[in-house]
Amino acid sequence: MPMDKENREFISLPMAELLRLAPFAGDFFSSLGLELPGEEISPAEYFTSLDAELLEDLGLERQSLPGCFTAFMELLENLKGGADSAHIESITIRGGHDKSGRAEEFDLTVKPGEVICIVGPTGSGKSRFLADIEWMAQGDTPTGRSILINGAAPEPAQRFSLEHKLVAQLSQNMNFVMDLTVEEFITMHAESRMVDDIPSVTAVIIELANDLAGEKFTPQTPVTALSGGQSRALMIADTSCLSTSPIVLIDEIENAGIDRKRAVHTLVDKRKIVLMATHDPILALMGERRLVFKNGGIATIIDTSREERANLVRFEEMDAMLGAVRNALRNGEMIGKMSGFFVATGIYGGPRALLLCVRG
Amino acid sequence: MKLITIAGPPSSGKTAVTIKAIASLQQDGVHVGVVKFDSLSTQDQSLYEKQGVEVMNGLSGNLCPDHFFVSNVSDCLAWGVEKGFDLLVIESAGLCNRCAPHIQGVLAVCVIDNLSGVDTPKKIGPMLKMSDVVVITKGDIVSQAEREVFSYRVRQVNANATIINVNGLTGQGGHELGKLLLHAPETPDLEGRLLRFSMPAALCSYCLGQRKIGSDFQMGNVKKMDFT
Repeated sequence: MPMDKENREFISLPMAELLRLAPFAGDFFSSLGLELPGEEISPAEYFTSLDAELLEDLGLERQSLPGCFTAFMELLENLKGGADSAHIESITIRGGHDKSGRAEEFDLTVKPGEVICIVGPTGSGKSRFLADIEWMAQGDTPTGRSILINGAAPEPAQRFSLEHKLVAQLSQNMNFVMDLTVEEFITMHAESRMVDDIPSVTAVIIELANDLAGEKFTPQTPVTALSGGQSRALMIADTSCLSTSPIVLIDEIENAGIDRKRAVHTLVDKRKIVLMATHDPILALMGERRLVFKNGGIATIIDTSREERANLVRFEEMDAMLGAVRNALRNGEMIGKMSGFFVATGIYGGPRALLLCVRG
Repeated sequence: MKLITIAGPPSSGKTAVTIKAIASLQQDGVHVGVVKFDSLSTQDQSLYEKQGVEVMNGLSGNLCPDHFFVSNVSDCLAWGVEKGFDLLVIESAGLCNRCAPHIQGVLAVCVIDNLSGVDTPKKIGPMLKMSDVVVITKGDIVSQAEREVFSYRVRQVNANATIINVNGLTGQGGHELGKLLLHAPETPDLEGRLLRFSMPAALCSYCLGQRKIGSDFQMGNVKKMDFT
C-alpha cells in the first residue's frame, strides 16, 4: 500500500540517498526531460531551484512537481510489490447473455495452470469476452457478464491499475516496432518491471525462447530480424517470466518454427491461466475445456473427453509427419511418393532419418 | 451538458476511438455531438456523420490550431447547449507536442498509439502529462512486452491518469471508454476558466507572414539555440 509518510520522506532525501534506496527514482527526472539533481540536494529543493523559463519550455508546472513525484514513487512501490499483492487464486466468469438476450447460464472458474480454449467463428463474441475479463466487467458491459477475483468482486481501482492488469495478449499479427537487440529488448522490459537481477532474468528468458524456437538466435540478434516462430517463442518466454498478468491470451500459434505444445506448457508451468483462441486440433485438445462462442455469447462449455484426448496421439503423429516434410522442403530435399507411408529425412535440428506411417 | 477535450498526435486514432466510444454511448441513449478541429482539411466529418453524430468543423487555416481552438471553445460550448446534447466532444488537431487544449475542470483525454514507440510518452508535453484519461491505441500490432513498457512509460509521466487500451478498428475497449466519458463533470459555461497549461508563445515576424531567412528579418519573440 502506498506509504505516504515514506514518500514525503523520499522527496526531502538528498539524491545520493534516494537513489540508493530507490534506484529507479532517477527515471522521474529523465522522463520529464529534467537533468538529474546533484547528489547533495533533495527533489524538493531541486524543484524550487528550477528555472521558470526551463519549466515553461518543458511544459511543466513547478507547483505540480512534488505531487507528480509522490505519485511516481507510489507507482514504483506498487509495481515492486505488485507481483505479490496481485496474487490470484481463481478468476470466475459469471455468465451474462448473448446478442439476442439469451442467458448464458454458467459460472466458470479458472485457476492458474489451466488451459481453456476458445472456439467459434469470427464475430461470435470472442473479443468481447476477452474485453469483459480485461475490464473486470461488473454487469456493466453489453454482455452483462461479471468477473470475480478470488471469488469476490474486484475493487474499482483495480480495474485500471497497471499492476493488476489481468490479461497479457499474444496476438497473431504482433510486430516489434523497436530496433533493439533481443538482449536490449528484454532488459528494457525487465527494467519497467523493476526486476532485481536484470541480467540473469534476461539470460533465462533468451535461453527459454531458444528452447522453444526451432531455429536458434543469439542475444545480439535484432528483434526485427527474428522469424515469426522466433518472435512468438521470445514473447512466450518473456510473458511467462516478466508479465504480472495472471491470464495469457494466445490467438493461434502458427505452425512454423515453434514447439507449440511446449510453449503452452511453459506458460502453464509459470502458473498462468492460458486462454487460447485456436482451431488447431492439437492445441484445442490440450485444453481442459473449450468455450464455444455463438451469437455474442458462450453457447456451450465442452470438457475435453478422454476419447478426444486419445485422438491427440494420432494428431501429434500427423503433425510430426507434416513437420518432417516441412523441414525436408526447407533443406532442399525431394519428397518421396506418398502411398500409405513415406520417408522424410531430417527433423528439427538433426539429420536423423525418420520413417513415418500414415494410418487410416 | 458534459464537455470533453480529446487531443493526441496526428494519426494516433483520436477519431476512431471517439467514434467507438460514441457508438456505445448512443446505444445507451446518450445524445453526443462533436466539434472537430483541424488545420487544413478534414474528412473525419463524414466518419462521424456515418455514425449519426452531429458534427461541426473548425479549420484553423494559417493560424496555430490550438490558439484557434481556445478562441472558439466558448462558442463550441454554446453550440452544443443549443443543440441539446448530453455530451459534447471537442477533438483537437494535436500538432506540436508542446500544446494542450485541456481546460481545468473539463475531462481531458489524450490518445496516443503504441506504434509511435516507447520514447514517445517523454516527448509529449502537457497534452499527455495533464490529461485525466490516456487512451492507448494500436495495441494489437505490437508485442506484449512493448505494450507493457509503453503503458509503464505513460505512467511515469502521468501517474494520476486512468490508462485504457482501445482498439480503434475492432472497438475493443470503446465501450469502457464511453463509460469513462460519462464521468465528465457538467460544464455550464467556460467564461473565465483556465487552460491547464499555457500554450507555446509565438509572436515573431514569421507569425506575421515573413518568409525570408536571416537575422535581419527576425523580430519579436525569437529564441536562439546554444551551440557552445
